[in-house]
Amino acid sequence: MLNCHDATKLMSEAQERPLSLTEKVPLKLHTMMCAGCRNFGEQMNSLRVMTRAYAKGKGGQEKK
Amino acid sequence: MTDANKQRGANGAGNSLLTDTVFLEDIRRQMIKFATLQLSDAHQAEDAVQEALIGAMKNAASFGGRAAFKTWMFAILKNKIADILRYKQRTVNVGSLGSGDDDEDMSELFDSKGYWQVEERPVAWGNPEATLRESHFWRVFEACLEGLPPKQARVFMMREFIELEADEICAAVELTTSNLHVLLHRSRLRLRECIENKWYLEGEKHVELS
Repeated sequence: MLNCHDATKLMSEAQERPLSLTEKVPLKLHTMMCAGCRNFGEQMNSLRVMTRAYAKGKGGQEKK
Repeated sequence: MTDANKQRGANGAGNSLLTDTVFLEDIRRQMIKFATLQLSDAHQAEDAVQEALIGAMKNAASFGGRAAFKTWMFAILKNKIADILRYKQRTVNVGSLGSGDDDEDMSELFDSKGYWQVEERPVAWGNPEATLRESHFWRVFEACLEGLPPKQARVFMMREFIELEADEICAAVELTTSNLHVLLHRSRLRLRECIENKWYLEGEKHVELS
């Protein structure tokens, strides 16, 4: 059974490489039961949206 | 319409962008800041921005508006930075990234069995779109980024801002793939924790108070 540390590590790695089935299934089982890790998974997407926006110059603007 | 007129019509928006010195200076300042963060070398950053600006100027005429122009400028700058980072691997020893903060203590986040400490469990953020429009959010975001340990910040920015692939980063900073995964995992754990504490939870407090 995956713990939260390993589950978040897999979700982080999924940003760099596709996960294998033997990684996906235990991860899915874990996140079904763990709201914290479910939120973490969603936040990986949010972080990417944020970093992409920042790299387009959305940050660092003067106060409007 | 004569050809000369057509030309003028098409050039109109782009040319007005180029004569807007306030807009250009503002964008240059933001680009320098961004490039310095990625390259941690003010001189290289200045050069990269200069080149990106010159490249963008040549095509300024084809842009209808500021937003598109700015996005384009940053795209060119990103390419320049990616080239510099890739080239650095062959010229300078940036291997100083080595191993280092590998033995970092994660016990404040996870208990001895690897499960979230109760107060560290991530909460739901909701849709980030509205957040991105708030200028204060970006100050929090930058502060959190600057709070990361240097190695983590470095590889995180290479991956997320410059969008280098994992193998390119490993080559550029002489890391093994598994070391890179560890560093990126930690950087994301820290960054998300910081953003959650400083933005989402602070925000809730404000709502409760009002």
